Amino acid sequence: MYLKNFTIRVFHAFLLFLLFAAFPACKSDKSKEKGKEVSLDEFISGEDIFDDIDKAKKIFYSLPSPLETAMLIKSAGADYNEQLLNPLGNVEKYTTNKSMALNLGIYTTDLSFCSLFDQTQTSLNYMDATRKLAEGMDIKDAIDEETMIRLEENLNNRDVVMDIISETFLNSSSYLKENERQAVAAIVLVGGWIEGLYLATQLVGDKSLEENKLVDRIAEQKLSFSIVDRMLEDNKVNEKGEQNVDIVNLMNELQGLRTAYSKIIVQTSAVKVEPNEQTNVTTLKSQTKITVSPEAFSDLRNAVNSLRTNFIL
Amino acid sequence: MKRTIPALLLLAALLAVNFTVHAQCKGFAKKICKQELTPYIHDGNYHAAILTEGEEAELYKTFYSGQNYRIAVCGAEPLTKIEFQVVDAYKNILYDNRDHNSALSWDFKLESSQQLKIIIKVPVTNKQAEYPFSSCVAIMFGFKEK
Repeated sequence: MYLKNFTIRVFHAFLLFLLFAAFPACKSDKSKEKGKEVSLDEFISGEDIFDDIDKAKKIFYSLPSPLETAMLIKSAGADYNEQLLNPLGNVEKYTTNKSMALNLGIYTTDLSFCSLFDQTQTSLNYMDATRKLAEGMDIKDAIDEETMIRLEENLNNRDVVMDIISETFLNSSSYLKENERQAVAAIVLVGGWIEGLYLATQLVGDKSLEENKLVDRIAEQKLSFSIVDRMLEDNKVNEKGEQNVDIVNLMNELQGLRTAYSKIIVQTSAVKVEPNEQTNVTTLKSQTKITVSPEAFSDLRNAVNSLRTNFIL
Repeated sequence: MKRTIPALLLLAALLAVNFTVHAQCKGFAKKICKQELTPYIHDGNYHAAILTEGEEAELYKTFYSGQNYRIAVCGAEPLTKIEFQVVDAYKNILYDNRDHNSALSWDFKLESSQQLKIIIKVPVTNKQAEYPFSSCVAIMFGFKEK
């Protein structure tokens, strides 16, 4: 009888443990707010979305992945420039956890970028570099021999190549997150995102900032930067209450970029929903006001360049 | 001692179950939920967790103009009916899958870039049950190349 009660108590304690282990950032639930009347003439900063954040719930922050980042650069009309990629020879230099994680993100963005521009041999080389880094970080089975062969056999089929890149990134991030290495997964994402910003700011070149889609894309990353800040803040202290030095240092290193983005204004209106029953694709109608002066853009480009130079060295 | 050994064995077994549940979550996201994105290309990000009936989760993401997106929210057995809403910075509800027969996915495009919040709720299926069910819930994003 005693053993039975004791076993039930252990089971209950374990259920509680499971609940806390699965949901590390918990506070209380708050009331839901009903939607207001939609006006496309009223503008607010996109960051207002965090106003009623409720940490009782499991919170996910989603940054553009390396693949999405590369896609955004390409769809903004940028050209391919191989000189901008992190040289493959650098891969041996990365020996610390932080440098390996940052450069796993950086190489994955470079891999996505060259693949979208059908650079077949370069894609293979960059996949190999990401494999070396993933192995160095002890990420099991993210990119195996079979992946390399599949990539080689499908180099001329962009859809398959993108699927392979997406799957390898999913393998790495899921492995890290499910092995209590969420902080490392966050650093990988930041590395990939900064590389996207680096490629985009360099590819603007001396072109005019007016009516420049790539400049708008870069400015809009201010919205994702607020997600970067929150994601890093969330990973600053682990479940044992210990500070993660790599995350703290990275947050400090991002200060220059934070200052640069503070000079760029991005405001969004509310969204009007327009469903389309024929295509089943809903259009979200809204407006964004972006203000970027040449000085602010130059400061941003310098901040990104300096960050990325530190990351790849 | 006689009491401790079985308890420790039980704890070890439960820890093993926990490990398996996590591994299944990864497998569920990759093998089951990702299929919901077809023909969209999965962005490669992994957002999945074990949630319990009655629990909520939130996801924040910036969506960019000119891109076509698909959001897929899936729950593994027995929690297959997951509710989700998409909300803008003004707290307007842009989409609620309860209005669409508990659809697992939603396709949309944007005229201008927006930061949106996805609210996920795991409804309680059996209020009489002694323990609530827990299972893997995955949120995945796909996009289309333009």
